[in-house]
Amino acid sequence: MYGLGILKGLGVTIRHFVDTYVDDIKWGIKRYTTDEGFEARQSPNTTGLVTIQYPEEKMAVPERFRFVPFLVVNDDDHPDAPGHDWCTSCGICAKVCPPQCIWIVRGSDPETGRPVPEPVDFYIDIDICMNCGYCAEYCPFDAIKMDHDYELASYDRTSEHIHNKARLSKPLSYWQTIAPTRAEEERLAREAKETAKALKKGRR
Amino acid sequence: MAETTETTTSETQSPVLSEFQERFPEAVGADEREGYEGIVVAGDHLLEVARAIRDDLGYDLLSDLSYVDYLDDGFFEVVYHAYNTHTGGPALTFKARTAREEAVLPSLTSVWPGVDFQEREAWDLMGIRFAGHPNLKRILTWDGFAGHPLRKDWQEPFYEQDEKPFKSRWPEGHVRRAEMDVPYGMNVQYPEGFTLDGFVPEGDTALYAGLGTPQTSSGVGVHQIRTDQLVVNMGPQHPSTHGVFRMAVTIDGETVTKLEPIMGYLHRNHEQIGERNTWLMNMPYTDRLDYICSMSNNLAYAITVEKMMGQEVPERAELIRILMAELTRIVNHIWYFGFFLNDLGAFLTPAVYAITERDLVLDLFEATSGSRMMCNYMRFGGVAYDLPPYVGGPAVKEGDRARHLDTMEFLKELIYERLPRVTQEFDDYLSNNEILLSRCRGVGVLPPDVAVAYSITGPVLRASGVPYDLRRADPYSLYDEFDFDVAVRYNGDLYDRFMIRLDEIWQSLRILEQVYPRLKATMGQEFWAGKRAYNVRVPAGEHYGHAENPKGELGFYCVSTGAANPYRYHIRAPSFINLTALEQMSLGLKVADVIAVLGSIDIVLGEVDR
Repeated sequence: MYGLGILKGLGVTIRHFVDTYVDDIKWGIKRYTTDEGFEARQSPNTTGLVTIQYPEEKMAVPERFRFVPFLVVNDDDHPDAPGHDWCTSCGICAKVCPPQCIWIVRGSDPETGRPVPEPVDFYIDIDICMNCGYCAEYCPFDAIKMDHDYELASYDRTSEHIHNKARLSKPLSYWQTIAPTRAEEERLAREAKETAKALKKGRR
Repeated sequence: MAETTETTTSETQSPVLSEFQERFPEAVGADEREGYEGIVVAGDHLLEVARAIRDDLGYDLLSDLSYVDYLDDGFFEVVYHAYNTHTGGPALTFKARTAREEAVLPSLTSVWPGVDFQEREAWDLMGIRFAGHPNLKRILTWDGFAGHPLRKDWQEPFYEQDEKPFKSRWPEGHVRRAEMDVPYGMNVQYPEGFTLDGFVPEGDTALYAGLGTPQTSSGVGVHQIRTDQLVVNMGPQHPSTHGVFRMAVTIDGETVTKLEPIMGYLHRNHEQIGERNTWLMNMPYTDRLDYICSMSNNLAYAITVEKMMGQEVPERAELIRILMAELTRIVNHIWYFGFFLNDLGAFLTPAVYAITERDLVLDLFEATSGSRMMCNYMRFGGVAYDLPPYVGGPAVKEGDRARHLDTMEFLKELIYERLPRVTQEFDDYLSNNEILLSRCRGVGVLPPDVAVAYSITGPVLRASGVPYDLRRADPYSLYDEFDFDVAVRYNGDLYDRFMIRLDEIWQSLRILEQVYPRLKATMGQEFWAGKRAYNVRVPAGEHYGHAENPKGELGFYCVSTGAANPYRYHIRAPSFINLTALEQMSLGLKVADVIAVLGSIDIVLGEVDR
C-alpha cells in the first residue's frame, strides 16, 4: 500500500515524542534536579529527551578532558615553598607543541649567570592552542596540565588571549579537584621514582 | 635487476618488473634507493606503461597520485599507487620523474579519469604540468597565488624556520601575536590604494567562459524547445553543501548540463604544515582532516608511520583502535543519514536523532581521549591512554552535573542494545519511506566501471556493485581476525548509497560484538609498546599507508630522510577524490537532485580542501 512507509516513519517520530513524556512522568521533577536523574538522562539506555539546560546545568567533563593548559604551582599552604613553580623551563612542552603556541622565558642566576630551573615568564597564545594535550602528556615534571575551564570567552581578543605565567599558574589542589584519580596516580608515580632514586643513592 | 626490500610489495612486483623490462627495455627500472619500492618509468613511456598496468595486469583503480620534490637531486617524482579491485592485495607502485626546471609529464586522465583532480592538485601545489590534461588549472589555491607551495624552495609569508620546533619559542621566548604578522594588521582594512572597483577575478572569467558555451547534449536529454542556458553558482555558502563548497552549474531549464566543483575555500596547506611539523606533531593535525572521523584518521596515520618505524603494536591497543574506528564508522554513517535527509529536504528531525546517538559515542571518546571531536588519541606503538574506568567526571564548576557510568557497561549497552536499536529505528523510519524512494531510486547512478575508473572508494564504490574494502583487500591492524562481510549493493543510485551505509553499520556492529569480549579479556594489558618519547625517529624511506575510512580510502604517503620531520607528507583524501565523479553523476538531473547527489558522496570540506 502506498504511504505505508511514511506512516511507519511517522510512528518512529511519535514514539520519540511520547518517550520524552513517559520518561518525564516516571522520574518527575527528579529528572531535572538530581544527579541520578541527570545520569539516567545522559546514559546509553535513556529514551527521552537528552537536552542539557546550559548554562543552568552543565555536564561535568571527564578527568581527561583537554582545554587550554595551566601551570601547576605549590599550594599556598605548602610548608617550604608556597606558590613555587613545578616548571623547570626545560622546554619540552614548547618543543612538542604542534602549533608552537608556547613561549618560555628562561631565567638565570644574577650572580653566577647559570640558568635557574624556574621560568621567568611563560606565555600561551590560546588563539593558536589546538588543545592537543601533548605538553601535559610529555612534561616530565607533571608541571603543565590541561584545564577543564572551557568558558574562556572575553571581550577583547587582542589583549586577553595571550596568557602569561600569572594567569596560567594554578595550585596543585586545583588539579586534585578536577582530576582526583589522575592526580593520585601521578603522586604515587612520583613517590616511586623518588624512592628508586634514594635507593640507588643509598647503594652507592 | 635489483631486489629492494623483503616486503610483500616488492615480492609481488618483481615478476611485474621483469616482464615490463622485457616489454619496455628502455623505459622501466627498479627503484633502488634504500627504503624505497616500486618501479620507475621514463616519462615519455608513462602512458603506454600505464595502459599495460591497467589492461594487462588488471590494476583498474588508480588510487593515489603523490608527488615529491627532491630538491637536491633536481627532479620531481610523481608516485602512483594502483589497485586491482578483482583480486585485492597491496598497491602497485610506479613512479615517473621530471626535471625541476621544465616539469612536464603526460597526463593519465585518458587511462584513469580519476587522476583529474589529483593532477590539478599536483600542478597547483608542486607546479608539475601534465600534458594532455583537459582542464589543468589551480584547484586548491586561488589564481593569484604566487608560486607552488609544496616545492621545497617555497617559503610562506612570515616564514620562520624550515622545521619545528621554532627557536623563538624556547629558550628565547619572544612572544608575539601571530595576527600582528598579517599585512592588514588587525585584519579589518584593505591595504593602501586597494580598490574593489575594476577588480577582475581572472579564474572566474575563464570558468564562466568554459561553462557558458552551450553544450549540445552528449548523453543529456534536454527537451527539444529553444531554451537559454544559464550559469548558476551553487555555493560557496549553501547550507546543504556541507561546508564552504561551490558548484558552478550550467542549467537548461532546470536540467543540469554541465557542472564544475570549485573548492579550496578551507585550504590551509595542511601538507606543507605537516612537513614543518615533526612526525608526532602531525597526529593532532590529522584530526582536522575529516573532523567527523578523527579516530579513523589517527589510525591511518599511525599505521603508516609504524610501518616505516617497524613498530609493533600490542594486542589491546589494536583492539581499542578497532573499537574506536568502528564506532567512528557508525557515528559517521548515522550522521550521514541525518544530513542526507536534510539535503533531500526533510529538514532537521533525522539530523537531531542522529546527533543524539552520536553524542553518546562522543561521550566515550571524550572520557577516553579527552576530546569529543579532535581526539588525538593514537600514538606510534599504541594508543595514548587505556579505556577509562568510568564515563563522566567529577562536578567542579557551579552547575556541574556529574555522571559515573562504568565504561565496560556503557560499551556493552551501546554495542549490544542502543546502537542496534537505533540502526533498526533509522531503517524503520526512512528506508521504505515513499518520498525517499521516489527521490532516490534511479537517481545519480554511477555504474561500476565508471566508479572504478574515477578512483571512487568507500561506500560510494561498494554501492555501485564493486565489493572492494581495504579491511579485506589489504588488511591492516587486526581486521583479518574478525568475521564480517563486505557490504555491497548493485544499483549505484542514491538509494543504494543510502542503504549501503545501513549495511555497513550492521557489519561494524558485528565487528564490535567480537571486539567487546576480547577487550574484557585483555583488561589491564599494555596499550602502548615502546617508549613514550616526543622525538620520534623514522628511518629513511617511503611508505604509502592506507585505511578504510568511513568515507573511503584515507592514504598517507610519507617520505622520511631519517630526520625529525617528514620530508614528504601527502594525503590521499577520499572526499576530495570522490568528488571527481560528481559531474558524471549529476548530468541530466534537476538542481534539487544535485544537492542530494553531493550529499550522497558524503564529503567533509576539512578533508577536501586540506
